[in-house]
Amino acid sequence: MSENDLSVRAAERPDLLTAETSEGVQELQRREATAPSELGREVGAVLRIDGHAFDPNSVDYDRRDDETMIINMGPSHPSTHGVLRLMLELDGEFVLRTKPIIGYLHTGMEKTGEELSYVQGGTNVTRMDYLSPVINELGYSMAVEKLLGIEVPERAVWIRMMMSELNRISSHLVWMATNGMDLGSSSMMIYGLRERELILAFFEKTAGLRLNLNYVRPGGVAADLPDGWQDDVQVVCDTIHERTYEYDQLLTGQPIFRNRMIGVAPLMAEEALALGVTGPLLRSTGVPWDLRRTMPYLAYDQVDFDVIVGTFGDNFDRYAIRLNEIRESIRIVRQCVDMMPSGDYRSQDPKVTPPPRARIGESMEALIHHFKLFTEGFHVPVGEVYSAVESPRGELGCYIVSDGGPKPYRIHVRAPSFVNLQAVPLLMRGGSMSDTITVISTVDPIMGEVDR
Amino acid sequence: MISLPPTAPPGVLTSEGLACDLACFPTREQYNALVESFKSDDFEMCVDLCAVDYLEFGGRILPEGVVASRFEVVVNLLSLSKKQRVRVRVQAGDDQPEVDSLFALYPGTEAMEREAFDLFGVIFTNHPDLTRILMPEEWEGHPLRKDYGSGRVPVQFKESPGPR
Repeated sequence: MSENDLSVRAAERPDLLTAETSEGVQELQRREATAPSELGREVGAVLRIDGHAFDPNSVDYDRRDDETMIINMGPSHPSTHGVLRLMLELDGEFVLRTKPIIGYLHTGMEKTGEELSYVQGGTNVTRMDYLSPVINELGYSMAVEKLLGIEVPERAVWIRMMMSELNRISSHLVWMATNGMDLGSSSMMIYGLRERELILAFFEKTAGLRLNLNYVRPGGVAADLPDGWQDDVQVVCDTIHERTYEYDQLLTGQPIFRNRMIGVAPLMAEEALALGVTGPLLRSTGVPWDLRRTMPYLAYDQVDFDVIVGTFGDNFDRYAIRLNEIRESIRIVRQCVDMMPSGDYRSQDPKVTPPPRARIGESMEALIHHFKLFTEGFHVPVGEVYSAVESPRGELGCYIVSDGGPKPYRIHVRAPSFVNLQAVPLLMRGGSMSDTITVISTVDPIMGEVDR
Repeated sequence: MISLPPTAPPGVLTSEGLACDLACFPTREQYNALVESFKSDDFEMCVDLCAVDYLEFGGRILPEGVVASRFEVVVNLLSLSKKQRVRVRVQAGDDQPEVDSLFALYPGTEAMEREAFDLFGVIFTNHPDLTRILMPEEWEGHPLRKDYGSGRVPVQFKESPGPR
């Protein structure tokens, strides 16, 4: 080969090749350079971690660095669902240690949130978990409302509940789609996105936008439901409910799918609790913890639905839970259609809600309120609050510190994916390389929320 | 409002928190022992851990006797069996914020503590792997601190690798 051949020259200077992508000590280190407790975490020995007393020799006692291989997966790998980077230590085909490296999508949204007023804040949080924007806005709005101490009208509560359940369905449908694609079923990919489109069309009709809605706002929702919404929602529910049984035919009983899912990557309830894992991952281990049922918010205590719980905590349980949660959400949406009260769709408190356009021309007071709200925003009493809702991925918490001004002093979002990602080393452990794909898929991290 | 668990260290100040059952204000020395007593009192999960920089806001409401400091670490504990939430707010210090790591009690705090270290510079002693998690490793400063300033700092790019 000639002297000018690029690949040969690059290989002579590997330090330059790695300098571009290196995250330094954030990466998976060689075993001799890793602290015992960190090594225990990377091999997934969650319950055996006892500070520094953890003995790495109890796991992998015959492993040495020259027998294993550290490889890099991501950040732009098609099945990492975004920019998740995993470093894996492999023994042949089997995974020994895993370390997720995140931050490639970090855009400083918590810092941005301190610069935006409470009304504008919704546009910020809705972009965190981009598959369930309504539920993000809901968690944020509920935190602000608790600080303000205002009540939301009955109709707004039910609209919020219906929209967040529709959003849960669409989020789980995208999960079904991408999980199907990861496992080689590209028809599932097409079907999942096709059904999601029905819900997005309804969102567009209601809120004007398909994805980052900014529909749920402190004090209520942005707009009332459109004319004829009952029929639209009915069609959405009927169609998707019928098609969940087609997914059953396509995936649930399919031998290749079952072989790759059943018994793969099991999680125990104790491990899940220790790691702070919530959502379908926690429920798959048999813990019936769903904030909609256990700590009801909105009007979830007035509707009938079942909390879906798994037994083995394996990939298949996580799949089955999400599929059945779609059906349960449809049940809730149908009850919302029947029980939707009439009335205001947002609070009539003039300090929080802008006056209607017609009032501005005739009322000086309305003009002042309008001016104050859109130049400065409303002031929120001093205090701090943590409010949690059940997102499709688990507990979505919003911690807000208010200094009495029109902008949050500190806004922190407890992103379920960020915490759930800590279960990945445990789930990967001992599995084969091909199982890593199913593990990432069933943990379902949304990188926008992980990195914020 | 609930009371402290019987094994809690003596002298921990408490107050009623908004949307939680109890807010505790331990000192840095009491912090780990208090969380441990909650863990043995059926608080199975540490749902959230974050830091707050109170540099520009002195008027926060604290119970009498708590010595306010610039940085505060806020921990939200959850009991699944009792359906209760408890908030632990520990004053972490002014210039060199430092608290004990909860990793040995709740392994799930690992990523959250790394995040608080990355964005606020709070040191968590006995943390297994206290490295940056969201920002690049060579980043200077801790972005969520109030004196960091947003919009004024040019984006720090990585060092160019030079010609191959």
